[in-house]
Amino acid sequence: MNKSWGMLFLLVLICVVTAIFRPRFVEPGNLANIIRWTSLYGVMGIGVAFVIITGGIDLSIGSMLALVGSLFGVLMAQYNLPPAAAIMMVLVMSTLLGLVYGLLITKLKLQPFVVTLCGLLILRGLARATAGGSSVGGFQRLSYLINYEWGSIPVPFLPWINEGYWSFHKWLPSRGDQPGHFALNDAGERISLDWYDWVPLHPPILYLAAIAIIAAIFLNWTVFGRHLKALGKNEQAARYSGVRTDTMVIISYMICTAMAGVAGVLFSIDIGSVMPSTFGNFYELYAIAAAVLGGCSLRGGEGSIIGVVIGTAILRVLQNSIEMWSIQELEFAVVGGVILIGVIADEIARRIIAQRRASQEAALLEKQNASPS
Amino acid sequence: MPLLEVCHVSKRFPGVQALQDVSLSIAPGQSIAVIGENGAGKSTLMKILAGIQTPDEGEIRIDGRAVEIRTVRDAEKQGIALIHQELNLCDNLDVAANIFLGKEPRSCGFLRRREMDRRAAEVLQQVGLDIQPTTSLASLSIGRRQLVEIAKALASDAQVLIMDEPTSSLSTGEVENLFRVIHTLRQRGVSIVYISHRLSEIHHVADRVVALRDGRNSGELERDEITHEQMVRLMVGRDLDQFFPHVPHSAGEVVLSAQGVRVRGKAAFPLDLELKAGEIVGLAGLVGAGRTELLETLFGVRRSAGGSVEVAGKRIRLRSPRDAIAAGLFLIPEDRKQDGLVIEMTVGENITLPGLMRASTAGILPTRWEKSTADAMIQKLRIKTPGPGQIIQFLSGGNQQKAVIAKWLAMGPQVLLLDEPTRGIDIGAKHEIYEMMETLAHQGVAILFASSEMEEVIGMSDRTLVMHEGRIAGQLERGQLSEQAIMRLATGAASAATT
Repeated sequence: MNKSWGMLFLLVLICVVTAIFRPRFVEPGNLANIIRWTSLYGVMGIGVAFVIITGGIDLSIGSMLALVGSLFGVLMAQYNLPPAAAIMMVLVMSTLLGLVYGLLITKLKLQPFVVTLCGLLILRGLARATAGGSSVGGFQRLSYLINYEWGSIPVPFLPWINEGYWSFHKWLPSRGDQPGHFALNDAGERISLDWYDWVPLHPPILYLAAIAIIAAIFLNWTVFGRHLKALGKNEQAARYSGVRTDTMVIISYMICTAMAGVAGVLFSIDIGSVMPSTFGNFYELYAIAAAVLGGCSLRGGEGSIIGVVIGTAILRVLQNSIEMWSIQELEFAVVGGVILIGVIADEIARRIIAQRRASQEAALLEKQNASPS
Repeated sequence: MPLLEVCHVSKRFPGVQALQDVSLSIAPGQSIAVIGENGAGKSTLMKILAGIQTPDEGEIRIDGRAVEIRTVRDAEKQGIALIHQELNLCDNLDVAANIFLGKEPRSCGFLRRREMDRRAAEVLQQVGLDIQPTTSLASLSIGRRQLVEIAKALASDAQVLIMDEPTSSLSTGEVENLFRVIHTLRQRGVSIVYISHRLSEIHHVADRVVALRDGRNSGELERDEITHEQMVRLMVGRDLDQFFPHVPHSAGEVVLSAQGVRVRGKAAFPLDLELKAGEIVGLAGLVGAGRTELLETLFGVRRSAGGSVEVAGKRIRLRSPRDAIAAGLFLIPEDRKQDGLVIEMTVGENITLPGLMRASTAGILPTRWEKSTADAMIQKLRIKTPGPGQIIQFLSGGNQQKAVIAKWLAMGPQVLLLDEPTRGIDIGAKHEIYEMMETLAHQGVAILFASSEMEEVIGMSDRTLVMHEGRIAGQLERGQLSEQAIMRLATGAASAATT
């Protein structure tokens, strides 16, 4: 939980810095986009978090997205299936692929890295074969699933930062003008601004909220979640305690690929067309990075859903910020650097806590030894 | 002048003071035995000598000079070699390559194979092993591998050989051979530090006995003082009959009946076994005799290769532990950190792990049940912890072991299988665990416990089953129990007579 607070702080920090230097960042349209994309990426991240908690990994998410997207489009366009049926079919397919992964990993004892690396290659190939080498479209009629504006939230100070004399570069003394919550019109007259603005909301945030709440309940309030964490930390001990370890691992992979399936459907609609050779490239790495930033340990046994959501948001904001600064060439370098710094900070914090605990332990032991019992 | 001296060494681990002001000294060519119960600090002391761990306080002197031993390489330079209980050899290499691993003779980076073979042959001869240096290690018996390990130590000019339980998996003939080798080494001026649970063999090898108890020196015995009773008194700090709270039990009906159970993997002899309510049965045998495998097969964590097990007349499948658990047959495993506990979770989470599903409705975490069960068990077993929310890693070995027992106590055991239940825990906790076994037996629980400690087997069991190379070699009633009788069966010397 402490870690989530740290990550939330990092998120706010990146937002504030970007907003100060690049006011465009806080335009309602831009914020709406960030929220939407965070939601879509977050769905993938939550899925992979389950697998990471078992101590496994899924490297095939990006390819899964491409396969789901291609198949989804082909089913609707070539086979004229109604969208609902097509969605059902691709979700069932992606879930079944998770079952296959799980069986290979638990029953044949193959390493998750190897199994899903093969999945990465195989699914990408299948995606390209499904689509016949060209891009797949026809998702426009479903765009309400992504773009319907069902509401909006007021966010304070947006106009002041965005248009007013409130942003950092206008504070420089040389301007001689007072900063404040007003703007100048074409004639150079002051016009006052509202102190808040409306950021539109789209359906993806609802999908993410629903999935995150269910996942968090699953992980924290059910026996399933406890068993999952126990087996992630020590599979042997969990087995010796009567936990169905194999079943749990299989279910985790099914959850992961099912979430990748959901993300695949949503991303196809959002982007509007699926190019099977590139669609979803590297997305598994974004999902894994978000989970790791959010507190999942690749050694297994640890992870929080809210952490994953915050981690995803950090990555999305960071990417947006990079665009604002026009340094796209450095995108991967910056993202990688931030993840690395986050992980190092976490490790250092962990050691300090462990040290403090050890010294407390020592004191406690001294006390016990000193007492005559 | 002593060759090696350990002066006032202390070492602390999280939750336990492993060594406290421990000293000992050895002259050249002398052989001393270090004895002590599990958890008395023997292994830690040896690891410090071998450079695997560094002492918090105190120093080590060689020829009167204080030396710094921080790594295994330092220890080797000082002429100290540790021969581990589990041998540290590479199966995939041949004998010469093993002997010179990490210090191969070479010129310009190229291996000088011929010289390596020649020097390997020399040291092999010194340990009385009549094999080619190019023999593959995998083809050798455990006894011969041990000699290879000794040869390896000699190849690096070891002056002090530390042997940690060298006989724990050897047959009688191999043990005699080992003693002969030790004898010749001592004549050549090599000092021996000998660690063993088998008190009966100590007067064959040791000039002097150094006893440890709860991490402190508890006394020394010179050659003519070495008797079984004296050694036991130094180890446990009181007479045996006081230490083991055993009173004979009146056994009830048969609760566990295993017929023709075959352990998978090893030589799969069909094993038959019956346990009655309220009796405590010991399971003795050498390391590798198949005790752990038998217990794991009964519990279902190790797949069986056939046979049937019934608990209270109801047959259980031997495919996963879940059946055994449902029937009230529980295993307290040998390796509590690997198999018994999720070491990074809390005391409460560990204690309640097996019972969660049963206590839950619709899969929701039964938080109230968790809390009450954890509190009750912590109190009942007197687990020393700041609270159920403490990460179990930070508890001492004894309290961790109590938590493993608590897991199953909370589930209402019918049959309890314990595998080395007192390994690596202090005397106080040990005594409490014995008392608990007694209490459970009086409540009608059938108990089968495997142990390598002769005292424990003799002190605690109503009857003892002795295993030898995958079979149950024989059974000893309480009246017949003695270290010699157990060893005769365990080494296969008397199996024909009793079965």
